[in-house]
Amino acid sequence: MHLILFLVFAGFCLAGAINLLLQGHPINSALSLIVVMTSLAVLYLLLGAEFLAIAQVIVYAGAIMVLFTFVVMLLNAGREERTMGSRVGGVVGFPAVVAILAMIAIVILHMQGLGVARLSDGITSTAELSAVLFTKLLLPFEVTSVLILIAILGAVALAGHDGSKAEERKGEQ
Amino acid sequence: MSSFLSQEVPLSWYLILSAILFSLGVAGFLIKRNLITIFMSIELMLNGVNLSFVTFAHQWHAVKGQIFVFFVMMVAAAEAAVGLAIIIAVFRARATLAVDRIDRMKL
Repeated sequence: MHLILFLVFAGFCLAGAINLLLQGHPINSALSLIVVMTSLAVLYLLLGAEFLAIAQVIVYAGAIMVLFTFVVMLLNAGREERTMGSRVGGVVGFPAVVAILAMIAIVILHMQGLGVARLSDGITSTAELSAVLFTKLLLPFEVTSVLILIAILGAVALAGHDGSKAEERKGEQ
Repeated sequence: MSSFLSQEVPLSWYLILSAILFSLGVAGFLIKRNLITIFMSIELMLNGVNLSFVTFAHQWHAVKGQIFVFFVMMVAAAEAAVGLAIIIAVFRARATLAVDRIDRMKL
């Protein structure tokens, strides 16, 4: 059962990631990224991380990807064009990526003492996780909330102004 | 039925999957020419790394590995908010999302 679930959702994951590369329009890439993130949530559940599986669906597949699709639609981003840069990126990038993947794969395959994952392994409950998060790691958690606050203020400051300065400069040119 | 349920998956398969996701993210980062799609490739890389964190947390029964993934998610959310705001500001100034045409830091 574990094997079948792993193979099915790893397949979804890879198909979504490859589709993200092949699609020309950003909205198709965004939707395939949602497929990747949702199937990763199932894989987290298979590894016994129930809180992370739910957070993956809510935070990543929900909040972050809604933001992405919203921006794609707001800016009316069209199909991307192939340029000299993308050809150079393909010619130089693919061998480099294959080299990176080969190196990581060699390291992983030579790793000793890696265990196996079963369905009967049990799940790290949210209570167990929050007991550590809210006692030992309370300070990093609070710092994260400050980080989020600063990010919100930064996003509003960057995107919120009416762009009149840029238009003035365009008029001057 | 019991043998069917007891099938197990080596953790190295999960790690290989996370490596492949990371590499596809790097490939997208290099090949794609659209600012938003490049940003999505970065998210794909973060997801690949998260999967290896969860796998190692399972291997050593360490809750802290999962908490680290939680922090990565929070940072990714902050990064997405700021990054997309920057993309909107760039689009306002240049009226394009093609990275080949965004080649000056000045507005």
